[in-house]
Amino acid sequence: MLEKPGEIQVDKEIDARGSFCPGPLMELIRGIRAIPVGGTLALLSSDPGSARDVPAWVQKAGHELLGAFPEQGYTRFVVRRKR
Amino acid sequence: MENRMSLIVFSGTADKLMAVATLTSGAVAMGLEVELFLTTWGLQAFRKGAAQATVSVSKDAGDLGPVLLEQMRKKQVPGWLETLQQARELGQVHVYACAMTLELLDMKLEDLEPIVEEVVGVASFIERASESRITLFI
Repeated sequence: MLEKPGEIQVDKEIDARGSFCPGPLMELIRGIRAIPVGGTLALLSSDPGSARDVPAWVQKAGHELLGAFPEQGYTRFVVRRKR
Repeated sequence: MENRMSLIVFSGTADKLMAVATLTSGAVAMGLEVELFLTTWGLQAFRKGAAQATVSVSKDAGDLGPVLLEQMRKKQVPGWLETLQQARELGQVHVYACAMTLELLDMKLEDLEPIVEEVVGVASFIERASESRITLFI
């Protein structure tokens, strides 16, 4: 896993900051469906629920969490669509 | 056992309907099918155009009711009906109206929001709920 958020290039970025649980997760699901298998997506979320919800969904849905990078007041989750 | 959550939506206040919409979203996200059985005040809240007018909160809230509503407005939390509609776009959400309440309130399926798909009796709902992993009364 790469250490620095800037090193991961993504195909699409969704800014869900300011949206509340379960908003960011729902945006992630929609976003993943909109990219091809193998594509990557970054989700910016300021919702504290995302810390557990995003990894739980990614695992359940069979995708790959490339990283969760804490930033100032939000977290940048990077996910690869696997199926 | 079906991979399904059944909610009995009895309450018609904004706070409880928000819980219904949030739980539905989470369940759909985790791959569960969701069935809502609307009855009594919960059904009344699904009358066409009523969602915008649902500004009351449950008595449990006490003095905090107006504070909650104000916070929801200030933080631009999406409305419960909108949240439910979005959940339905992502997964299997079925909304049923209780036949008896419709009769009591003198309503027809056409008087309800389009998200409500069918009128069912309590027995058929219970039959399906008995096979659901999760069943809650809200």
